[in-house]
Amino acid sequence: MKKDSFLAKIARQKTSYLFIALPVTLFFVFQLAPVFISFIWSFTTYDVVHFPKFVGLANYKTILFDDPLFWKAMGNTVIYTVGVVPVGICLSLVLAVAIDQKIKFKNLFKSIFFLPTVTAIVAVSVIWKWLYAGEKYGLFNYFLLKIGFQPIDWLASPTWILPSIMIMSVWAGLGYNMIIFLAGLQTIPGVMYEAAEIDGAGFWHKFVHITLPLLKPTLVFVTMMSFIFSFQVFEQVYVMTGGQGGIGGVLNSGLTIVAYLYDKGFQKFQMGYASALAYIIFIFIFLLTVVNKRLMKTNVEY
Amino acid sequence: MSEVDAGVTNNSLTVKFFVYLLLIAGALTMAIPYVWMLVTSIKPLSEIQSYPPSFIVRNPTLEPYRDLFKMIPMMRYLANSLFAAGSITLFNVFATSLAAYAFAKHKFWGRDKIFLLFLGSLMIPWQVNIIPGFVIVKQLGWLNTYKGLIIPSMACCAFGIFLNRQYIYSIPDDLIDAARIDGCSEIRIYWHVILPLIKPVLATLSIFTFLQQWNNFVWPLVIIHTSDMRTIPLALAVLTGQFGANFAMVMAGAVISTLPMLVVYLLFQKYIIKGITMTGLKG
Repeated sequence: MKKDSFLAKIARQKTSYLFIALPVTLFFVFQLAPVFISFIWSFTTYDVVHFPKFVGLANYKTILFDDPLFWKAMGNTVIYTVGVVPVGICLSLVLAVAIDQKIKFKNLFKSIFFLPTVTAIVAVSVIWKWLYAGEKYGLFNYFLLKIGFQPIDWLASPTWILPSIMIMSVWAGLGYNMIIFLAGLQTIPGVMYEAAEIDGAGFWHKFVHITLPLLKPTLVFVTMMSFIFSFQVFEQVYVMTGGQGGIGGVLNSGLTIVAYLYDKGFQKFQMGYASALAYIIFIFIFLLTVVNKRLMKTNVEY
Repeated sequence: MSEVDAGVTNNSLTVKFFVYLLLIAGALTMAIPYVWMLVTSIKPLSEIQSYPPSFIVRNPTLEPYRDLFKMIPMMRYLANSLFAAGSITLFNVFATSLAAYAFAKHKFWGRDKIFLLFLGSLMIPWQVNIIPGFVIVKQLGWLNTYKGLIIPSMACCAFGIFLNRQYIYSIPDDLIDAARIDGCSEIRIYWHVILPLIKPVLATLSIFTFLQQWNNFVWPLVIIHTSDMRTIPLALAVLTGQFGANFAMVMAGAVISTLPMLVVYLLFQKYIIKGITMTGLKG
């Protein structure tokens, strides 16, 4: 049989290429090319108006060694992540186990917990801004006063602005994690619990010795996703800290790393600097994923 | 469980009590912000400023909603969001399933490499794309246009292609070959054989895309500069900055922006929950 030339092959597969043409073109222009462009820009200074000027590693050097605001944002992001992820996972796991019991109104509970997942995080932030409102008008301060505490300046205080956003984010993320845990719980065969019950195991015993070990793959997955999402927190920061002297809040106490990138890129138009920030974020997320892969490998199969 | 074993029954009763206690406390915590939003949005100013704050509205009013639609072009924002989210969803459903058919059932040069690129792109955070994305859109002259709002968002189609390909892959080749022998063209096979078989996955994909796009904030924030082009989340963020003191009106805005998605959620709950557990998609 005669071997087709390369071009003839391509021509014969015309239909296939036509089928993928549109998404592939868009993907290359708006998704793939930007990955390389921002990598190149991260070694330049670029203000959108003038042609990018090559500066070598200067952006990375400045960010890492000479930019206190970057470290402030990084610190805030780490505090945010380390606070939100474990608390969110514990609470949603407890809720999932509770819903997994033989109870009434299962679907009603599920729907209520899931509500924030279908609400835009901007809308959630706007609602919570009102709950956190200062003095005595806000609902939270009213509750605090009622149980004998002083009202808190939630979003206007450098101490409380980050915790305020963290509390809201835990609330908003519970339902999503809960649904994934619930799916994991349903893969655990009921026979295992029945066997344990015959041996006289109590609720707590069953949870520690059956539920937790068998749920490990789900736990690892949820932990990784939570870390990645938390590290990229932006919308709530934009809505809740904006307005009080730019994004970040009082003394930048609410500034996170992606909010800092937004400020550099789209407020100050330092595109080269912002690109370098983007790559630092990318490397961080990549490392998180690698660590997760390691965790997956040590996973015990039952 | 046997009734003879009183110890276990007792134990499980206490467990049940705590389970209900926990779930009711949790449900209240989840519901209160929504209820507070709804209550605030129908309160007259005098009641918002009265102390103590109350969940009971003595003189409910629709004034905040009237203010909202009078002071900002809310209908326009709803239309913008509907148009953008709707067209991206349509594209995502048809373009990705068509491409996925080629990736799953055709043999062509570069197929696996291109598919791997799509898969790999799922790992890349949006922060890396958005800066050049913005400049590309600017160079094309698409800043502050529907084109700029919609077309780059259509490019985030890797997940749809991946999901569709997996489903189409499991369709037996015999079915497709039989259609070919009958003289069906490839596009007819896609339309009459493939599409009907992947309807469930398309339903899930479309609901998710719509949800994500309706709630999308960062891209519109970056490329939209004039009031009339804003989408709902963007309008809401501006609203709370501009009229932050008028809580009733801001909450009315929050209600209007949340309501359509709550309706979608209640109608398609099954698909949404299935989609999340199947894929780890984020709403």
